[in-house]
Amino acid sequence: MQLIHFAILSPFLLAFVVPFLFKYVRRIHTGWFVLILPILLFTYFIQMLHITSNGRTLFSQAEWIPSLGMNFTVYVDGLSLLFALLITGIGVLVVLYSIFYLSKEKEQLGSFYTYLLMFMTAMLGVVLSDNMVVLYLFWELTSISSFLLIGYWYKRERSRYGATKSLLITVFGGLAMLGGFILIYLITDSFSIREAVNQLQLIMASPYFIPAMILILLGAFTKSAQFPFYIWLPDAMEAPTPVSSYLHSATMVKAGIYLVARFSPIFAISEVWFWTISIVGLITLFWGSFHAVRQNDLKAILAYSTVSQLGMIMLMLGVGAAAIHENNPAFFGAAVLAAIFHLINHATFKGSLFMAAGIIDHETGTRDIRKLGGLMTIMPITFTITLIGTFSMAGLPPFNGFLTKELFFTSMIRISDISFTDVSTWGAIFPAVAWLASVFTFIYSMMLVFKTFRGRLNVDQLEKKPHEAPIGMLIPPIILAALVVTFFFFPNILAYSVIEPAIAAIIPEAIETGSRFAVKIEAWHGFQPELYMTIGVVALGTIGYLTLSKWRPMYNIFKEKWSFNALYDRSLTGLEKGSYRLTNSYMTGFLRDYLVYVFGFMIIVIGGLMFYQQAFSFKTEQAAPIGTYEAILSLVMVAATVTTVFARSRLTAIIALGVMGYTLSLFFVIFRAPDLALTQLIIETISVALFLLCFYHLPKLSLKQKTRRFKLTNLIISIGVGVVVTCLAFASTSQQSLDTISTYFIENSYKLAGGDNIVNVILVDFRGFDTLFEITVLAIAALGIYGLLKAQGKRKRGVRR
Amino acid sequence: MRKIDTNDMLLQVTTKITAFIILLFSFHLFLAGHNNPGGGFIGGLMSASAVVLLLLAYDLKTVRHILPFDFIYVTGAGLLVAILTGMGSFLFGAPFLSHAFGYFQLPFLGKTELATAVLFDIGVYLVVVGVTMTIIQMIGEKE
Repeated sequence: MQLIHFAILSPFLLAFVVPFLFKYVRRIHTGWFVLILPILLFTYFIQMLHITSNGRTLFSQAEWIPSLGMNFTVYVDGLSLLFALLITGIGVLVVLYSIFYLSKEKEQLGSFYTYLLMFMTAMLGVVLSDNMVVLYLFWELTSISSFLLIGYWYKRERSRYGATKSLLITVFGGLAMLGGFILIYLITDSFSIREAVNQLQLIMASPYFIPAMILILLGAFTKSAQFPFYIWLPDAMEAPTPVSSYLHSATMVKAGIYLVARFSPIFAISEVWFWTISIVGLITLFWGSFHAVRQNDLKAILAYSTVSQLGMIMLMLGVGAAAIHENNPAFFGAAVLAAIFHLINHATFKGSLFMAAGIIDHETGTRDIRKLGGLMTIMPITFTITLIGTFSMAGLPPFNGFLTKELFFTSMIRISDISFTDVSTWGAIFPAVAWLASVFTFIYSMMLVFKTFRGRLNVDQLEKKPHEAPIGMLIPPIILAALVVTFFFFPNILAYSVIEPAIAAIIPEAIETGSRFAVKIEAWHGFQPELYMTIGVVALGTIGYLTLSKWRPMYNIFKEKWSFNALYDRSLTGLEKGSYRLTNSYMTGFLRDYLVYVFGFMIIVIGGLMFYQQAFSFKTEQAAPIGTYEAILSLVMVAATVTTVFARSRLTAIIALGVMGYTLSLFFVIFRAPDLALTQLIIETISVALFLLCFYHLPKLSLKQKTRRFKLTNLIISIGVGVVVTCLAFASTSQQSLDTISTYFIENSYKLAGGDNIVNVILVDFRGFDTLFEITVLAIAALGIYGLLKAQGKRKRGVRR
Repeated sequence: MRKIDTNDMLLQVTTKITAFIILLFSFHLFLAGHNNPGGGFIGGLMSASAVVLLLLAYDLKTVRHILPFDFIYVTGAGLLVAILTGMGSFLFGAPFLSHAFGYFQLPFLGKTELATAVLFDIGVYLVVVGVTMTIIQMIGEKE
């Protein structure tokens, strides 16, 4: 355990103290205590920049379960550090924001900050772990803490619904991902990601290559809200706004992006990887932006926008994977550069937008854009923040979204140049769809800012009288908005400190050791196609926004019942109903049915096995000759059996059973087993007496004696069991291959145990242990009968009283 | 168990004789077990049947008076004897339930074989008697 391990675990450790702080230090808002930690962590990770920006990495291992190859291994390279900085940096701002957002009197702050700190550890663990099992552990911890945070206001039905939905979907993906990790372990015999990268040849040659890739991608797509798993994200908006801002825009949803980026060096060699990520990303990008326009709730627009932007990052990572195939890596490395840069930009503007939405909600009491309007003069600072955020999101200068949108268009245009797979035939679709998605992005961005702040103010529609937020609540979004602008004017402050090491971590094959990627981000690069595309976006977007009321009703064509949400709901209720019906169909509550299953299973398994193994055998060489007595007794027994089965009255059946028992003891006599014969005789007498007792006490109501009703299933099952057992007995007796051990008992009975009665000597001496427990069984049976009858007597007396 | 007419002289007198014969036979079966057919189990069942005969000839109360003990305890005692016999082998550093036997010169009986297995069989005997009698008595009392 080194400092970095403690750094990762420190939020988790602090979470243990938080409830006490909340309980005993009521005067100070608990958030202030929590705030210190992310600041410390952020400065700690900032200091590490000098390691990664020089192309070096940090590796540190703490043993956890070394015998299974599971160790808490921390590996810091450019990619991990970028995420760690995002997590801690946005973490500081979110905690600060939550101090002013959540009331210390009304809210359960203890649990809020506990969950939030838990999440912070989980997220840091995901991005900094090199060991796949540990990564999975932290991955699931993010799912769980996100579940807790979404359901924070657990008395609301929607919160619980959203929390359950997100948990079901992300855990489904998490488990798939674990499967992928295990497949990689089976190939490389190691849980280390770096080891897997080193053993690339081995992995590529393995038949598990594609399954492992698909399983890991499932994990990444569910976590990052990709199509069609995005449905949990809009419902997760029931969480408090700091949570939405932190988890569902800046950090957790990017865990999937991280996973894809982290595994790019392993899987990018495959065409399947390129196509899956690119197509899913493209669909998500378009689908998210298309549906965002439809929403009326501020946070819902932002949620769909997050989905769309994550799809865009995913798409760029997919295109970036082409870099390792092509001769000109820098050319496609630009796509990865765009992905990384947009990751940072998105975290800044989306974080600030969520916070702004939270402020509007907090100060007006609603998030519905149909009720809002005209807040510009009342909330000027929030307006400025929202304006910067949305314009950056729409990809306009002078905000950082513009830079990434240009880079994005560049990579889209270049996609037709990819030669390793037949992109050229489909290549034109990518830029076209991406461009259309950008138009929609522009439209909803404009909706977000103008529907809220322009127009007429309807004070009577709002729950509260609107006013500007307190300064503490404004500081975090102001900082983020300032970063949005700063990154536009000085994009290259990040270039070699943060972005270049991250690219090197994602596509290490594409550059020669020692050299570096040329990262140069420019706001202006002449009259290029990208610029015309952006102008087109603005032009068509403006027209689209202005004519919104004309064409927005067309969304009604897309009925809610055809959406993926409805599919999710239907499949969930369908599963519940289906399993209920299935269980009901065979768990009938009738013992007879269960016996049919038991015996049917026995017939199928034993009979099937014998059939499969060709085990039927009817050798009679070892059989003894059949004597007269045996033949007669057998006939008697068969007659008694038939009588038992076909008897009209129960008394006949009982007596026929007794006949069977006595005949059996006669069999023991002629097969020379005197002890058995004696015991069988007495036991049969007792059990017949007990049967008669039961018969005597049958309730008078159902005395009408009926013959057994005929049931075909019963007939088939009973004949089946008889045939199978008979065949089994024949097969096992005719294939005897080993000598019996009875010769030992015969020889040593007197010598070792001093008795001539071998049966008794075996019972009390050679195998006395069995006998000890058999008499215990008898004692338990007696105690059971004693207890049952006593209890019944008591109950009856109780009723009488 | 139904109330049987207590003036059934014939049955009661026969029972008085037969019960002892059955008991003797059951002891014989029990003791002969090591070398001949028999043993604790059959012996116990036989002894129990002697008591059952008494129950049939007299009523439950009378039999309680003659045999004034709870058969549940007999079961317990039997289990205890069996387990203690098994544990006795620990005293000689032998594994659980190791038996030993030897020949001794006893007064009246002369040279006799004594085996620890018989002790174990006593346990079995007591358990069987206890269990059978408990079941029959409980169901009889139930009525």
